[in-house]
Amino acid sequence: MSTQKGLLFDSTMCVGCGECYRACKTTNKLPETNSDPLKDHLSCSTYTVIEDHQGKYTRKLCMHCAEPTCASVCPVGALTKTSEGPVVYDENKCIGCRYCMQACPHSIPRYEWTSNNPRVRKCIMCHERVKAGMQTACAEACPAGATIFGNLDELKAEALKRIKESPSTYYPHVYGMKEGGGTNVLVLASTPFDQLGFVTNLPDEALPNFTKRALEKIPTVVSAGTVFLGGMYWLTKRKNEIAKENAQAKERKN
Amino acid sequence: MKAAFLRLTFWKVIAVAIITFGLYSTFLRFTQGLASVTNLSDSFPWGMWIGFDILCGVCLAAGGFLICAITHIFNIEEFKPLTRSAILTAFLGYVMVVFALLFDLGRPLNIWHALIMWNPHSVMFEVAWCVMLYSSVLFLEFSPVILERFQLTRLLKIVKRVSLPIMILGVLLSTLHQSSLGSLFLIVPAKMHPLWYSPLLPVYFYLSAIGTGFGMIIFESYLSARSFNKGLEMPLLSRIGLFAAIFVAAVFVIRFSDLALTGKLHYLLIPCQETYMFALEIVIGMIIPFAILIQKRNRQSRKWLYFGSVSLIVGALLNRLNVSITALNGFSKANYFPSVNEIAITMMLVVIGMIAFKYAVQYLPVFAEEEHTEVLDTNVVVENE
Repeated sequence: MSTQKGLLFDSTMCVGCGECYRACKTTNKLPETNSDPLKDHLSCSTYTVIEDHQGKYTRKLCMHCAEPTCASVCPVGALTKTSEGPVVYDENKCIGCRYCMQACPHSIPRYEWTSNNPRVRKCIMCHERVKAGMQTACAEACPAGATIFGNLDELKAEALKRIKESPSTYYPHVYGMKEGGGTNVLVLASTPFDQLGFVTNLPDEALPNFTKRALEKIPTVVSAGTVFLGGMYWLTKRKNEIAKENAQAKERKN
Repeated sequence: MKAAFLRLTFWKVIAVAIITFGLYSTFLRFTQGLASVTNLSDSFPWGMWIGFDILCGVCLAAGGFLICAITHIFNIEEFKPLTRSAILTAFLGYVMVVFALLFDLGRPLNIWHALIMWNPHSVMFEVAWCVMLYSSVLFLEFSPVILERFQLTRLLKIVKRVSLPIMILGVLLSTLHQSSLGSLFLIVPAKMHPLWYSPLLPVYFYLSAIGTGFGMIIFESYLSARSFNKGLEMPLLSRIGLFAAIFVAAVFVIRFSDLALTGKLHYLLIPCQETYMFALEIVIGMIIPFAILIQKRNRQSRKWLYFGSVSLIVGALLNRLNVSITALNGFSKANYFPSVNEIAITMMLVVIGMIAFKYAVQYLPVFAEEEHTEVLDTNVVVENE
């Protein structure tokens, strides 16, 4: 049994009240950025927002990928996938290259652009709370039961069950089941996911594999390269020597 | 000496103006954060400093490893007179790349973290190590020039003894990080425009670095010949020109076969910014240099050789900027264009690099006599063959 926790967001149940947004702000001690949670956007002071897509509400937050792209690209390992599920950030390691932001398939991480010692900011799935056995602030605050917290395996089963039980309500896909290798945040919707602003052109394969395939070739390049270069050096040097000897021999004859 | 230094010329005034504005932007950058000087944003986190200063900077420095491979590994000795200036350019290039990185990194004081906090899954980690090691290798490759100048014979002997492994290491490290700068973008298949995204990105970066290396060798020789009143090694450069033409044609065939085999050719028919930029890159970086350099008559003319190399170089730079900026602009919808301050800091670094090159050449035996006599010897050998 996996120890991974996750979130299931059922957008068909969301009423756009903004309680998750406010709970997130309070728990993470983030400054107020907009009085209307439906009009805000992700920023270094806002880890989750509710978006209104023609009357259909959806949440935007870090998807906590099973194999996070951000963690794989970080040169100093400032981002890590925890055994509980959240993808967390260590500002003391970060060098500020922003490769995580560039690489994130969901374009989630935000930066403190105006700071002199900037940090990457994003939802960390209330890691401290989760470690202490509590649920995330957003799930706790949701009055409609649209965001629920639990074991990832159980949430996956629950999501599939909901689609099966009321196929007329749901678009027949759980977002996060396999997108980019799967995520710990699962989403249900009544419409195709691109209409709610989700990225739908992601491969099923985890994105870190795309660079892994290139990095795996390094030992071959180095060993074959050394042999090739060393061999060429020896060959061409010998060729020059022979040419010189021949030239000298010719000279002596003359 | 002093009078010459103080004499105002047009270019000195320009250089001082650029550096002054650059320093002002530097002050802003380090007192008020990235937002005060750049047009970067959450949706466009990498801009011109990565696209130009780092990607183009490293690409332009490729002449260094290419000439080392030609002269010290493939032992084509008649190219030796071109070695030292190419190594110097590469070394100064990498120093400038590291400076630029200090501007771009949000937490530049943590740059040393890559030394002890390892993440071998990260392409960036690999690039960081390669650049670090290769800069040291370049310094060692250039060190004989300094040691000769100060007549430190014993040290010079030691350096010359380890020269072969150092040269091989230099070529390997260059191969790795020149290609890995392309691998950086392998992880954004869904964000990048299909005309540029390809699993072969690292191969393309490596090949175009070699192409640029050929271009840079010609370009630098032409400029140094003009500035320092020395003759141009025309027969050598014509041969490099021919290499470049053949090379660029091969890369053209590979890139278009890739587009055709993956069914992407139809993107070329969509009239949009990406298509135009792609076309510009191909025309300037491949078609024009090929058309110029494939003709023997042009290769024997200083002017045309120079134009061909410039076109080749500009095309490679366009490629780097397209991969890092144009190809990602569409997805991000950020419509990024560098700010005046970003450009000022970049220009300042370029000017500082050029000034450093000028003084290095003035005070160090970069275009040394000794190297020329060596060439004469080998020429005799070649003639007798």
